[in-house]
Order: sequence, then C-alpha cells, then structure tokens
Amino acid sequence: MMNITLGQFYPGDSLLHRMDPRTKILLTVAMIVTVFLVRGFLGYVALFLYIAAAARAAKVSLKVLAKGIKPILFIILLTFFLNVFFAAGEDVIFAWKFITVSWTGVKMAVYMALRLILLVLGTQLLTLTTSPIALTDGLERLFRPMSRIGFPAHELAMMMSIALRFIPTLLEEADKIMKAQKARGADFESGTLIQRARAMLPLLVPLFVSAFRRADELALAMEARCYRGGEHRTRLKVLRFSALDGWTALSMAALIVLVVWLPI
Amino acid sequence: MTSAETIIQVENVSFSYPEQEEKAVDGVSMAVRQGEFLAVLGHNGSGKSTLAKLLNALFLPTSGQVRVGGILTSQPGQEWEVRRQCGMVFQNPDNQLVATIVEEDVAFGLENLGVETQEIRRRVDEALTMVGMSKYALSAPHMLSGGQKQRIAIAGVLAMRPRVIVFDEATAMLDPVGRLSVMEVVKRLNREEGITVVWITHFMEEAAQADRLLVMDAGRIQMEGTPRQVFTQGDKVRALGLDVPQMTELGERLRKDGLDLPQGILNVEEMVVELCRLKSKT
Repeated sequence: MMNITLGQFYPGDSLLHRMDPRTKILLTVAMIVTVFLVRGFLGYVALFLYIAAAARAAKVSLKVLAKGIKPILFIILLTFFLNVFFAAGEDVIFAWKFITVSWTGVKMAVYMALRLILLVLGTQLLTLTTSPIALTDGLERLFRPMSRIGFPAHELAMMMSIALRFIPTLLEEADKIMKAQKARGADFESGTLIQRARAMLPLLVPLFVSAFRRADELALAMEARCYRGGEHRTRLKVLRFSALDGWTALSMAALIVLVVWLPI
Repeated sequence: MTSAETIIQVENVSFSYPEQEEKAVDGVSMAVRQGEFLAVLGHNGSGKSTLAKLLNALFLPTSGQVRVGGILTSQPGQEWEVRRQCGMVFQNPDNQLVATIVEEDVAFGLENLGVETQEIRRRVDEALTMVGMSKYALSAPHMLSGGQKQRIAIAGVLAMRPRVIVFDEATAMLDPVGRLSVMEVVKRLNREEGITVVWITHFMEEAAQADRLLVMDAGRIQMEGTPRQVFTQGDKVRALGLDVPQMTELGERLRKDGLDLPQGILNVEEMVVELCRLKSKT
C-alpha cells in the first residue's frame, strides 16, 4: 500500500532520464507533429526505428512500451475497420450493399493505425523516463513566458505537485476509512455496478471532508513558510540544458527532414 | 527583563473568530525571551493554538498588539519578515509538507524567500543534518514515520534561520517514540543553536521540561512560572481541567501518607534521587 508508483515513471539513470524535461516535452510534441507529416510507408519505418533507438537509450524494452497500446487497442481497431469499410476509393476490391473496400481505404486504415501506435509509443517514452515532478517543473518553465499574459503557469505547476504529494496520503486515508466501514458491515465488493458505486458514497464523503480540512491546514502551513505565489521565487534545482539535449534535438530535426523528404 | 532580550512581546491581545462572540484569546499579555524554552499548556479550546497563530501574523489581533523582533505583526507588508523570524511547526505532519521529495520540502521556505540556489543547497543540507535526517534527503515524505515527518518540518523552518520556532502541538499526533525523537531534537536546537522555542502542548510531561510555563484557560493566561512553581499548585492546575505530571502526583500522594518528600517533583529522575535520600536517612 505504501509503495505506490505515480504514473508510470521508471526510475533510472539512462541517457533519456538525464535529459532536461523541457527538451523531452518539446521533442515529444515535435514527434507528434511529425507523425502527421509522414507521407508514406518508409516514413513510418523511419519513425519506428527512431523510437526503438530512443527506447534503447532509455533502457526500456519494447515490450514495456507495447503495453501502453493495450488500453487503446479498441480505438485503434475501430478506426482501422471504419477506414477499411467506409473510406472511398476508385480501386474497389470488394463491394456489398453500402460497404466498399478499396485499396486506398486499406492503405489509409493501416496508416491511421500506425499513427496511433506511434503516438502512444512516443509519448510513453516521455512518461516512462520523466518523474511527474520533473514533468511539472518542465511544464512550468516552458509556460513561464505565457504568465506575462496572465497564464497561471506557476499556480498550475504548484497545484500539480501538491496533488502528487497528496495522492499517497489520500489513498492511505481512503484505505483506512474503507477498513473502518467494512468493520461495521459495509460491503464494497458485491452487487451491481450501481450498487457498488452507491456503496462508495460513505467512503467519499468523509474523504472529501478531510481533504478540505487538509487543504486548509496546508494553506496555513505554506503561508507560515512565507509562500506568496510564484513571483521572486528561486529554486533548489535549476533546470539546465546539456550537450545531450542539443544532440537529441538535432537527431529529431534530422528525423523530421528525413520523414518529409522520403517518397510516398 | 529588558526589552533587548525580548523577542516576542504580546500586549493586551484579544482575538475572536468571525461570527463567534466568545473571544478565543482574551486580553493576553506576555513576552518570549531570547533563548528560552517556553511551554504553553492548556486543554482543547483554551486558546493556546490561537495564541500561537497570533505570534507569526497568521492571525492578526482584534485588539492589542504583537511584536516580533520589534516588528508589529499587524503592520502591512511586514508579515513575511515576521514569519521568517518566527517559524512554526504544526500538529499534523502530513498537512504541512508541500513537496514530494524531502529536500525540496526543506527548500520550500527558502525558495519563497528568493534565496539563491547555491545558498539554498547549503542551508538545506545544514538543516537536514541538524535534525538528523540527512540520509532521507531524497526520500518521499509519505514513506517516513510521523516523527520523521515532523523533523523534516522542523528542518524546513530551520533552513529559514528563524529566531523563534513555535511548535503548535507538534507531538500530539505522534507515537511515543516519535514524540521522544522530536522533543530531543527541539531541546538540542534550543540548547546548542540558541533557538528560542515556544512549545504549545497539552502533555504535562513535555511542559515539565520547559524553562518557563504558561497555563491557559478560556483565552486567558491563568498561571505562569517555572514548571516546578506551577505544578506545586496541584489543586489550581486540576481546577483548570489539567493534570500534573505523574511523578508530581505520586509525590503529592506520598507526602499525604507522611513521607518527607519536597514539593514539585517533576520526573522519574528527581523522584529516584529524593527516594534514595529518604532511604539513606532511615
């Protein structure tokens, strides 16, 4: 119970772990865009090889990466078959009533599925090698320029990190309340979905009340330690770009050029 | 007492919570002296926690004034300096740690003050060493015991280099082992680092270890003196809904039974000494 891992972060000391979270976030965004720039099958191969190489540098096995596809397998299959059966094309292979299967449609379906798979694989490399707190830090700094036009970058990051800090605490508390309710005959496990959801109510109410009380006390404690928002705040850990970040960014740029240049 | 050695000066302060008629703190005057270990004792609702929050500008007095290091807490814009000089450790160890990593939490106050990165690093390491938690610098707070979390909270305050630390029932939610470890750290900081301590509690045994003791009830200071002076007046303490330390109680009963013991025995050690003295006489 106490040893909860948040998100799917894999602690480690690989090349990807050592990169600045800002670089990783930006490169992931670049990768997402690239997935939609690909013009042909060779482009997908290039992207896949790049991700495989990055996974190697992160010391993450492809099997672990592939696990991330499972939850969205249904969506992938759905888009695949929708494209196969309903995308229009000249070169019809098979037609029956309103269903027409064409080569263009099959090709589009395969590309669409590949895109989704690559998106999941690519973003997973980010979440597997970046701790939630580093991710928050990176996002705060990336969005900092926007705080001049009123975007609450620091506040959002602070909320995220407090949420991360309190998830284990609240889980522990939920467990405690659940045990207390079970000891008095509450039943959380049997019955229909609706019955089970209703059984959760006596668990959620005290949990919410206590969460509000915690928030109150935490706010007071933060004020006592001179917290007054993000302005003039310094940090214990300052993010720094290293040569590693530069080289990786360069490799991504090369990939984008390659993908766009590769023929259909 | 000259004003030079007074860190916190409370003058005729009253405070009532919004929409409550009764005053939580009612006309309190007191002073905290440089380097002392002052305990404030009282049962629930006696106003001791409210008084604590008045000391570092978390609450501002409805009437009267509080000065910390000569600065008026109600002066606008000064609350941050007041809070830097007068740190505070709260009751619930879970609800005062902000960060997901111990050393980042200790750094939190310094980051708020805008201290430079290198200096933060130095002071965080120093503070963690002072509370004996250096090897946990990279742990997650939720993996630590209650006593350890409280020591982290103390380190977080220490790093800001305060003159006074107010402990608002800081041991109330801990097990006996954690309570002892926190008390030890605080006593050492008071003795060796010269940090003034205001120790709010409802545990008699803890109050008995202070240099000076205030007993509060109904928002007022009812008794004041050294723990010995206070606990010698057992009946008055009981009338305020509090107990005297166990050994004081035992001493009282033995005296009633005709044993020649002095008044105001506070702990086991003193009791042992007195009983041995008695035995060697007979």
